[in-house]
Amino acid sequence: MRYIGKKLAAMIITLLCISFLVYLAFDLIPGDAALAALGTDATPESLAALREQLGLNRPFLERYLEWLVHFVSGDFGTSYKYHLPVADMIVSKLPITVVMAVISFVIMVVISLPIGIYTAKHSGRRIDRIVMALNQIVMSVPHFFMGILITYFFGLILKLFTPGGFVSYETDFWGFLAYIIFPCFAIALPKIAMSVKLLRSSCIEESKKDYVRTAYSKGNNTNKVLYRHVLRNAMIPVITLWGMTLADMLVGSIVIEQVFNIPGIGRILLTSISYRDYPVVEAIIVLIAFVVIVTNFLVDVVYQLIDPRISV
Amino acid sequence: MKRKKIYSPNFIIGLVITGAMLLLILIGFVHTPYDITKMDSAAKLAAPSFKHLMGCDNFGRDIFSRVLKGMGNTFVIAAATVSIGTVCGVIVGAFTGYFGGLLDEVLMRVNDVVFAFPSILLALVFVSIFGTGKYNVIGALGIAFIPSFARIVRGEFIKYREMDYVKSARLAGVGQLRMIFVHILPNAMPVLTSSIMIGFNNAVLAEAGMSYLGIGVQPPSASLGSMLSESQTYLFSAPWYALFPGLMIILMVLGLSLLADRGAK
Repeated sequence: MRYIGKKLAAMIITLLCISFLVYLAFDLIPGDAALAALGTDATPESLAALREQLGLNRPFLERYLEWLVHFVSGDFGTSYKYHLPVADMIVSKLPITVVMAVISFVIMVVISLPIGIYTAKHSGRRIDRIVMALNQIVMSVPHFFMGILITYFFGLILKLFTPGGFVSYETDFWGFLAYIIFPCFAIALPKIAMSVKLLRSSCIEESKKDYVRTAYSKGNNTNKVLYRHVLRNAMIPVITLWGMTLADMLVGSIVIEQVFNIPGIGRILLTSISYRDYPVVEAIIVLIAFVVIVTNFLVDVVYQLIDPRISV
Repeated sequence: MKRKKIYSPNFIIGLVITGAMLLLILIGFVHTPYDITKMDSAAKLAAPSFKHLMGCDNFGRDIFSRVLKGMGNTFVIAAATVSIGTVCGVIVGAFTGYFGGLLDEVLMRVNDVVFAFPSILLALVFVSIFGTGKYNVIGALGIAFIPSFARIVRGEFIKYREMDYVKSARLAGVGQLRMIFVHILPNAMPVLTSSIMIGFNNAVLAEAGMSYLGIGVQPPSASLGSMLSESQTYLFSAPWYALFPGLMIILMVLGLSLLADRGAK
């Protein structure tokens, strides 16, 4: 418990630091909400009046704290360009990005576990060498190029889906799933390769230890030793990797969304950057950073449940 | 010592691929078969041939020439990024690991904050504040790469600072800066070298991702990422347009990761 409390405190401090730094960074950009609302040909007097009204000339810390309180309560500010609350713009898109990350994660776990265990069991044989060579190549493919390859083979050649034919989960949930499964594979494949490699080498490393010999001498067969003893220990570094990839997948889906023409969070973020719509950019970046940090915290907690030695 | 090592086939393949890539990059710096901005309307989306080794893009520009230049750009950006990351990371890691104490606590907390922030997001913040372009990409990725190097170097310094050879050097009156950079740092080199190679690969992938999103190197300069992004419209009629830039990224990353594997063992 003490360990979790310490991690929780560290997480909150990190969250505060990041929100502060991002707010500071966007505060330093020339131009503010008043200028955005009135345009560049506004008179200095009307600008000053609006700034007074919006509270833009209060001290920095006061504005930051107010922004933070609003942010935590779900008010992310107003878009410069669309004059809409940022929260409304994001809320309907967030599930797309999150669902994509979660599905990719599940795909990664389900596929990499059996392959990793199989190659570890048969290490040094021809099948292991072939799988590992393939693995090394997949690991080097950037996920957006993987997306292009998947679009080409599965979309254009095999016609399993229509590239660019994204349907929203609000209109057709199964159609939505049938489409996003392809981008999810694009995100997951390089990560599968990474975890197969780590799981394999971690299993092989563990099997050399003394307790494995003891387990064998007690009359256990290979499978029992592997699943009851070796795997439990071999999984620890793999779980660390998975924890880090969950965050990667969230961020990675920003890029993959562009490959598959999916109107998710990534699309809003990129268009807002090109329109210099700072409140939107700021909100999305802080939001993603929050999700990433909270995920890391949860991974730490799970990690400690699996391996109590960590907390020492 | 080195002569006794037997090089694994993987290492040799990695060496050959990396060597070939470096050669192509070098050639690209000196000479390209065609001007990368020259448009030839007769050769729009031409298939690969002896005239145009990798075919032509939608403007009739030679893809091979653009791939050469693009690889050069990627290489320069990745090298600069990793240099910033390594130099700053080594300094931060060496001092925090060697001296410990309050400095260590504070810098490592800062490190954790930057580390927790996904590098592509940091790059997006940079770009939305300072605008797009080569140098902003280098700056953003460079900062994002510091924490991982700092962490690795710090770990090495903590391991070595209490060793006997350090103690005896201290007794012999070696100054602290000399101790850090002349006595301990060389011992951290093997670990550092393989993390530099992995870092370089991550930088290549990050740069390609950013220019794919249109926030990296700006046209008319060539970059592998933006070529991939443009090629997607013509994926059905001209698949080679996407294939070659993508293949080059894969080869660059694959070659170096085969070399890095060897270094890690």
